[in-house]
Amino acid sequence: MKKILGILGLLIVVCVVTASLSDSFLSAYNVENVLRRSALFGILSIGVAFVIITGGIDLSLGSVVCLVGCGLPWLLTVHHWPLGIALPVVLTVAMGIGLAHGLLITKLRIQPFIVTLCGLLLYRGIARGFTGDQTVGFGSEFKGIRMLATGKIPFLPGFELPAPVVFLAVVAVVAAVFLNRTIFGRYLLALGRNPQAATYSGIPTERMTVLAYVISSGLAGVGGVFFVLDVNSAQPVDFGNFYELYAIAAAVLGGCSLRGGEGSVVGVLVGATLMQVLRNMITLVTTRNNVEFAIIGAVILIGVIADELARRFAARRRTARAMQSVPQAGAQV
Amino acid sequence: MSVPVLEARRIVKSFGGVRALRGVSLAVHAGEVLAVIGENGAGKSTLMKILAGVQGPDTGELIIDGQVRAIRSVQEALSLGIALIHQELNLAETLDVGANIYLGREPQRMGWIDSGRINRESRVVLEQVGLAVSPETLVSELTIGQQQLVEIAKALSVKARVLIMDEPTSSLSGYEAQNLLRLIRELRSRGVAIVYISHRLGEVHGLADRVEVLRDGENAGQLSGGEISHPAMVRLMVGRELSQFYPHKVHPSGAPVLEVEGLRTRAHPRHAVNFQVRAGEVVGMAGLVGAGRTEVLEALFGITPALAGAVRVDGRALAAESPRAAMDAGLALVPEDRKHDGLVLEMGVRENISLATLHRDQRRGFLNRQQERALCEEMVGAMRIKTPNAEQPVQFLSGGNQQKVVIGKWLATRPRVLLLDEPTRGVDIGAKQEIYLLMEELASKGVAVLFVSSDLEEILGMSDRVLVLHEGRLAGELSRGELSEEAVMHLATGAGPRVSHPVPVS
Repeated sequence: MKKILGILGLLIVVCVVTASLSDSFLSAYNVENVLRRSALFGILSIGVAFVIITGGIDLSLGSVVCLVGCGLPWLLTVHHWPLGIALPVVLTVAMGIGLAHGLLITKLRIQPFIVTLCGLLLYRGIARGFTGDQTVGFGSEFKGIRMLATGKIPFLPGFELPAPVVFLAVVAVVAAVFLNRTIFGRYLLALGRNPQAATYSGIPTERMTVLAYVISSGLAGVGGVFFVLDVNSAQPVDFGNFYELYAIAAAVLGGCSLRGGEGSVVGVLVGATLMQVLRNMITLVTTRNNVEFAIIGAVILIGVIADELARRFAARRRTARAMQSVPQAGAQV
Repeated sequence: MSVPVLEARRIVKSFGGVRALRGVSLAVHAGEVLAVIGENGAGKSTLMKILAGVQGPDTGELIIDGQVRAIRSVQEALSLGIALIHQELNLAETLDVGANIYLGREPQRMGWIDSGRINRESRVVLEQVGLAVSPETLVSELTIGQQQLVEIAKALSVKARVLIMDEPTSSLSGYEAQNLLRLIRELRSRGVAIVYISHRLGEVHGLADRVEVLRDGENAGQLSGGEISHPAMVRLMVGRELSQFYPHKVHPSGAPVLEVEGLRTRAHPRHAVNFQVRAGEVVGMAGLVGAGRTEVLEALFGITPALAGAVRVDGRALAAESPRAAMDAGLALVPEDRKHDGLVLEMGVRENISLATLHRDQRRGFLNRQQERALCEEMVGAMRIKTPNAEQPVQFLSGGNQQKVVIGKWLATRPRVLLLDEPTRGVDIGAKQEIYLLMEELASKGVAVLFVSSDLEEILGMSDRVLVLHEGRLAGELSRGELSEEAVMHLATGAGPRVSHPVPVS
């Protein structure tokens, strides 16, 4: 929990700074927009958090977003599939991708970095291939389903809650319950810390790892659907570009350790929001959008350094306390 | 006698609070083979590392050619002509033979590595050790035996006068081992002093000019020439009083609970192991390092599934293809390396204790947190685990309390067969006795207990029956009446049953 307080503090500082530098930051329009973006990225970040908790990584999810985001309008408008078939198909493909990643990683023992890096190249290439690099979109049709991403729910006077926020809330609650209240969540946390000990305790480590990759790719697929419903059209060349890095950064900022075994859903949500507020700040406050990556990179680095320093400080204090309470350490080997 | 090439006097070395060496002395002369023997943990490897500059002694002196010298590093030892060949070979597998022989002291020509000279000179030493491969062969393409010869060639190329070999034949085939022994004799005739560590007493008997026996970090005795015999060595290696430390009582044992037939492990596929453990019986499994004891336990528990064999628990066949299958059949394994395999160090006591029973206590996939807390409380009480609270990360507990957490985790599964691998390693005396009491208590409740230990005292003190493994095969079985340290060591070192029927040594 202390970990989340730090990142929450950082989020508040960034918000206050941005609000003082820009009048439009707190406008209802802008807040709704930032919340919508945060919700969309939050879905991806929660997914990748499960993989990071197992000690793995998923670099492919931006390309899964692209594959699904292009595939859905392509099936609907070019091939005129009914929505009731096209939507389950793209989501099944996304989960199938996760299944394939998980099996390659657990059965063939290929490193997650390599498997998902190849995925990153592969799925974007496939999406560009079947669309012929042409922009695909819904045009003026499918208004109903697009409400899922573009809709708003009256919340406070003068302020409406973007629909994806509600969806994210549902995903987050389910994810948090899964991680903290089910035996499977405990299995993931245990095998992320020490896969050997988990195996020796009879935990089906391989199956759990596969499940994490299915969750990651599956939520990336859901995210892809929402992203394309939100913006209405997708360019295969850059749709979802770098989204995996935003998602991983959000998870790490939110307290997931790339060493595995650590992470909370709330932290990931705060991390995802922080990323979007930062991007928003850059757009509102600076006139130079091109430094966006530099600023985001710097803030993440500072956050991670601060976290590491805090961890060392805590460890040193713990050692000091332990030394005081035990006068002589005895012969422990 | 001439001045020894290398002499160690009153070497003392401690690790943490444990004294590995308590004032050991030895001397080796040019042109002789000195064998150093002793049980696991007697301090042999530590002493060799000190001689070769890998570690420094706390006190004591090293004398080379009659002069006191400090050996502060491996480089310094090498420059004095002392080379150590480790039990595990230290070659860079992706480099070629020549590069390995000259690793760290590559001859240079104008700043470039002089590979012509490396190849020329490597050929000379390779020929001396009788290894007919080109210096440009990759080490990874060689057999273990050939790699060993590369190590020796490397030692010869630095003009080593003292060659220390730590269990050189342990991973060699019979033919390769014979070759190596021939080479050692040849080196001796050329005046090289050889310090030879081995568990294989038969080998020592045929090779050594003198034998130095270590026990508990001290010199236990010396044998030379005609005095060197198998019984004499064993007597010196063991030979101490059994303390009254063990709470063992003989239980009336019941029906066989664990039956193992024709079990072949990946480590020793050629040997099938057969044994059984009865209800209420405590069976010890003895053997030297590498005898395949851990492999047997891990095969039973489905960690590394066996290649062949039938396992029955309470008469029901068990296909131990996963730990979960073994657990469902009533097996539990307290692994050898608790930090690596037994515990999730960053997790709390509660989460570690419940880890193996979460699936049993689940409510449709959800954690049963009430049950989990109750279980933790019960085990902390029963095992007398000293921890400030149930959430304390186990990495901050002492070794003994960590081990109790592991055992508690497995007790929670209410096993029919409890397998323990080195249950008291790195555990303080108090916790040791508590672990023994617990083994006793479980046995008295009808659990079949099978434990592996390298501590002979513990084996003798705690077992109703002892299975002795030697290089993957069951070398013998000793009932409580037949138990003695000599008898166990005799079987463990591959000498075969001592009294009754002589068996040819393979």
